[in-house]
Amino acid sequence: MDVIDQGVGRLFTDPDADNARAHFKTKSRALTNKLMSLKDAVAKFVHDGEYLAIGGFGANRTPIAACHEIVRQKKKNMAFAGHTSTHDFQVLAAGKVFDKLDIAYIVGLEARGLSPNARKYMQTGEVEVCEWTNYCLSARLKAAAMGVSFVPIRNVMGTDTFKFSGAIIIECPFTGQKYAAMPALWPDISVIHVHEADMYGNCRIRDITVSDLDLAKASKHLIITCERLIPNEEIRREPVLTDIPFFCVDAVCEVPYGAYPGVMAYEYFSDEEHIMEWMTVEKDPEAFKEFLDKNIYNVESHFDYIRLHGGMEKMLALRDKELMTTANSNKG
Amino acid sequence: MADYNTMELMIVTGARELKSGASVAVGTGAPCAAAMLAQKTHAPDLLIIFEAGGIDPQLPEMPISVGDSRTIWKACQATSMTDTMEMFCRGMVDYTFLGGAQIDMYGNLNSTRIGPDHQKPKVRFPGSGGANDFGSFCWNMMVITPQDSKRFAEKNDYITTPGYLEGGDSRDKSGLAKGSGPYRVITNMAVMDFEPKSKRMRIKSVNPGYSEKDVRDNCGFELLAHKKIGETHHPSKKELDVLRGEVDPYRYVIGR
Repeated sequence: MDVIDQGVGRLFTDPDADNARAHFKTKSRALTNKLMSLKDAVAKFVHDGEYLAIGGFGANRTPIAACHEIVRQKKKNMAFAGHTSTHDFQVLAAGKVFDKLDIAYIVGLEARGLSPNARKYMQTGEVEVCEWTNYCLSARLKAAAMGVSFVPIRNVMGTDTFKFSGAIIIECPFTGQKYAAMPALWPDISVIHVHEADMYGNCRIRDITVSDLDLAKASKHLIITCERLIPNEEIRREPVLTDIPFFCVDAVCEVPYGAYPGVMAYEYFSDEEHIMEWMTVEKDPEAFKEFLDKNIYNVESHFDYIRLHGGMEKMLALRDKELMTTANSNKG
Repeated sequence: MADYNTMELMIVTGARELKSGASVAVGTGAPCAAAMLAQKTHAPDLLIIFEAGGIDPQLPEMPISVGDSRTIWKACQATSMTDTMEMFCRGMVDYTFLGGAQIDMYGNLNSTRIGPDHQKPKVRFPGSGGANDFGSFCWNMMVITPQDSKRFAEKNDYITTPGYLEGGDSRDKSGLAKGSGPYRVITNMAVMDFEPKSKRMRIKSVNPGYSEKDVRDNCGFELLAHKKIGETHHPSKKELDVLRGEVDPYRYVIGR
């Protein structure tokens, strides 16, 4: 197939489908207990220099507890999928976890503004970048989930987004139309936060799924954090509700409020005051360093972090906000 | 002069473009306000789509994120981003609103960087997000933005999202979906559309309180103009009441 045009961006992962199949040939299909602590899961499956992807969308159903743990364990030189990333990007940039970056959306927190520290990091020149769009990265994960080395889509052509991407423009063998070929993306390690999972890794998501179903299939290794563990009998009672099956999953960590300070649909709304604290304190590098010590490096777990920001009372207030009720706020 | 600010005028003007029975994909802020206003006034059957997966919600308030739980509040479906993007690809999305740090005469948008060095930019912005996808596929892409001669640039530092590329038939030839592209540019000073052959931006109407000269003085490239330039209509009392009372009661977007 002729190459009509090619972006200058470097691919940080191998798009070869047979190489990916060789990995998946060795991946366990056994129904085994995968429960472990988040600390152990990150130590076991997140390695310096590898390719990391994070599920959810920005500060929505995003495994923030896992992002903190990755920063706490000082993982470095990773490549990262900056795909709909907002507060997760802010946390990982604070720890300088990555130095290679596929970009769809970075630095910003949507309506909340831009992260001063993440922006500063991206302007140092320390991070090698490759540009994409939200749909490009979704399509790259979809190709990986399909077990093919690329999928053709019709965006980016004619723009600098294409020029600085790793995509290739090809001609359709049926119609002669031009397409941008998106190379498959098989992340080494991904983390997805879900509502419910059993100890084998069967997961239920009560929310938009963003790109997570393809991400789960595309990932060579996958850590699941969940709000609640449920029995396998419950999964088998209603198998139509299973979004991610156990054989995609390597570790299951029960982390209630694991998306805090972000949103978890039907569970809790985001803690906007605390997210704005991040945005403000980042303007002062010294104060930000103390802030990171207090909130990430010097805490043991996500529970300690939550205790620092109002504990269970705050969680119940955020549940009220999410459900638009006053049930918990009125208890005095 | 009626009692409203330019943000309110831009939102109302954007909302009026949205027809009942059509679909619109929106981000946070002014675009969402315009869609909500349209749905609560002249376009009750407007299908609102959030790229992260929220389909046809009954928004109880303005979302903070296009993926937060408000975007699926009493929605018809909570799906995936891949699924909503495929709606765009199939030609099911009629309208969208975008913005950016720079826009040129063909409606190409920059939301990626300022400065020449891509690996070490002078200023880094978020990048495409879904903007390039929206701009590539949406039948009618609109821009709501304040206007000045820096933002309305002779040449963008970077083209994140396609408008009509280099004008003429260059967009069609690039391989992007035929018949899609920029439709309106709504600023604090004027409403622009695009001349059908050259695909260059042209003045359609000037907002109350501004002159054609103001519009040209605050633009970094030469604007074409309709033979008869109209005046942008004032918002009605009903539109302002709904916008202030139901869409943005805390005045997050319309300001104080």
